[in-house]
Amino acid sequence: MAIELKMPALSPTMEEGTLARWLVKEGDSVSSGDILAEIETDKATMEFEAVDEGTVSQILVAEGTDGVKVGTVIALIAGEDESAEAAPAAKPVPSEAVAAPAVEVPGPVATTAPKIAADPALPAGTAMASVTVREALRDAMAEEMRADDRIFVMGEEVAEYQGAYKVTQGLLEEFGPRRVIDTPITEYGFAGIGTGAAMGGLRPVIEFMTFNFAMQAIDHIINSAAKTNYMSGGQMRCPIVFRGPNGAAARVGAQHSQNYAPWYASVPGLIVISPYDAADAKGLLKAAIRCEDPVVFLENELMYGRSFDVPAVDDYVLPIGKARIVREGSDVTIVSYSIGVGFALEAAEKLAGEGIDAEVIDLRTIRPLDKAAVLASLAKTNRLVIAEEGWATCSVGSEISAICMEEGFDDLDAPVLRIANEDVPMPYAANLERATLINADKIAAGVKTLLGR
Amino acid sequence: MAKSPASKPSKTKAASVSTDAIANRERPATPVPYKASKEELLEFYRQMLLIRRFEEKAGQLYGLGLIGGFCHLYIGQEAVAIGLQSALTSGKDSVITGYRDHGHMLAYGIDPNIIMAELTGRAAGISRGKGGSMHMFSTEHKFYGGHGIVGAQVSLGAGLAFAHKYNNDGGVCLAYFGDGAANQGQVYESFNMAELWKLPIIFVIENNQYAMGTSVNRASAEDQLYRRGESFRIPGLQVDGMDVLAVRGAAEVALDWVRGGKGPILLEMKTYRYRGHSMSDPAKYRSREEVQSVREKSDPIDGCKEDLLKMGVAEDELKAIEKEIRAIVNASAEFAEQAPEPDLSELYTDVLVETY
Repeated sequence: MAIELKMPALSPTMEEGTLARWLVKEGDSVSSGDILAEIETDKATMEFEAVDEGTVSQILVAEGTDGVKVGTVIALIAGEDESAEAAPAAKPVPSEAVAAPAVEVPGPVATTAPKIAADPALPAGTAMASVTVREALRDAMAEEMRADDRIFVMGEEVAEYQGAYKVTQGLLEEFGPRRVIDTPITEYGFAGIGTGAAMGGLRPVIEFMTFNFAMQAIDHIINSAAKTNYMSGGQMRCPIVFRGPNGAAARVGAQHSQNYAPWYASVPGLIVISPYDAADAKGLLKAAIRCEDPVVFLENELMYGRSFDVPAVDDYVLPIGKARIVREGSDVTIVSYSIGVGFALEAAEKLAGEGIDAEVIDLRTIRPLDKAAVLASLAKTNRLVIAEEGWATCSVGSEISAICMEEGFDDLDAPVLRIANEDVPMPYAANLERATLINADKIAAGVKTLLGR
Repeated sequence: MAKSPASKPSKTKAASVSTDAIANRERPATPVPYKASKEELLEFYRQMLLIRRFEEKAGQLYGLGLIGGFCHLYIGQEAVAIGLQSALTSGKDSVITGYRDHGHMLAYGIDPNIIMAELTGRAAGISRGKGGSMHMFSTEHKFYGGHGIVGAQVSLGAGLAFAHKYNNDGGVCLAYFGDGAANQGQVYESFNMAELWKLPIIFVIENNQYAMGTSVNRASAEDQLYRRGESFRIPGLQVDGMDVLAVRGAAEVALDWVRGGKGPILLEMKTYRYRGHSMSDPAKYRSREEVQSVREKSDPIDGCKEDLLKMGVAEDELKAIEKEIRAIVNASAEFAEQAPEPDLSELYTDVLVETY
């Protein structure tokens, strides 16, 4: 019986990869530990080692093939008792055939992004380029760094490693070690150094490998960065961006899966931004870097690899504090942010099939919150749900709910509903994790309950 | 007198191989007391006396309920701020400290009126009444606070030093912290990066012997705090922080070291606070005799006065200074008491710089 070699998952969030290079050919005998191939993931190029002994009887996926799904059989190895020649001669499958998803990869995120309404602020006919969120963030930093020497990027593995999630890829090469700085693993310390540097007139972009680790540094974000301008009567500016992935990734357990948007959004003196798509990631990160106030910029690891249209204009900067209607509708408003927007759009599609016309609002900035946009939509639909990838207790959803009650009570035909993760530390088991997180079905079900359907 | 480890070479010789390796590293020169001119020493005296009288007045105003919250007095430690800051280049070097910050501001020649008015929470205060005793800043003087979280100023100071280096402006950051803050983790995170990146920073431990009510010996496994940087290859010097000339002498050595591109240096200033940790501290953790003994034997202002008299300064001249200082301090108290509170419209100003 031939051993099937399958495309390995080489990171918690990897769904597909590129088979960059085969280092063996058919007929080669291999033993455990031999490097068989190089596989490029969204984060890095990894070596794929043999774990069994035998002879490579068949290579099924040609080198250079993109988009090979995790679990796809890429080669066959004949065991000791078999003859490699006995295997039927077969040519490697052309890449197109493999790229077509044969099986649905389990995971919380759909690989194709739902359609988003065009930004009304953009002139019709603006050229678009398909860009991943990861590239959009990198481009934002690079563009701003080209324009302003005071900007530097600091964090763990941001320089030589090219970013733990490849967000800072290429920055060291372009800007050098003066401006792209690897730190030791010392979040409290480098958050403080960044904050001090901002007080001293620089414009730091501080990357946390994830915001879970920023818990070690939250004192500087809140006590030093957010409050000093006020405490100094306006003398001490702190133009700094703290950025990195936030929220649940995939199967990384309770300590690495948490949404900090409500934490930071409760603090006066901070700007909190949490974009969904690549265009917003770029336009808002550029705005954040230019901003005179301290900004907490919450990204999402699961979104990094996803592509969206980004306006191909020279200097794409978006206003901070402005929500956006990403889908127009009249029956109900779904408010969300970050990864939740994708689920909300998916839910809206499902609901449309059932004759429910949902409007989806992407908050984009969590503090200051665009109350006007939320209330205007509520006035139109008279029903509102909040879809939030995070806990419901003391959440952004709780805040929106309070605003709707305090300032939009007369527009409400039903109570505001919070659709959020389950109120537990994130479990590891795949089924429990799935049960914990929000998804399109949960949002759609919530909307239907609200509408009495 | 400065007591640096380098002044005891016999000890290092007897040490093990690994200590020899440390001894083989370049060390800063052993500080010598600064040779102040009569004019300079008079100015040191004047400034230390201003801090002393200002703080005594602040204590009184606190007792009258005019100053609220926490108020940490600098009485006893005057020589540290004056000795160090007199060596800095104004407009180029930066300073940052913790919440015991009145003295450091006065050492910069910042108007006592606006400092006192901040203590009383008035609109004329340096932070427009929104910071208070612990949160005062003067970016004009490159004085960056005034921070209420113990140890935070050490990382922030490393950031200021990072900016000096990044801009290649030749400036040095002086980051003060106490013996209590010396046990905070972020201090060591900052030591590591400061030495790794050769940041131009002088770490100053103002060891006044008590972290609130806990003596250094009860809180520190290594109670010789000048050694605290050694495992990061940051050389440390122990300095008599009750002697303004010893402090200034150490400042010269430290500035030479840092400006020479050799990275950070650590100064442990052995000093003493006469008052409680804050105004609400009854100071039951030490005896009255202990405080009295320090006051009698090593008061920085009395010591300075003796030196001045030896230099031939007339007693009358010193009395005139005393009179002048009292007038300045009384005027500041008057000002701080009379100045109006911030307008309520100030409540929401300066939360953010921009409008969104």
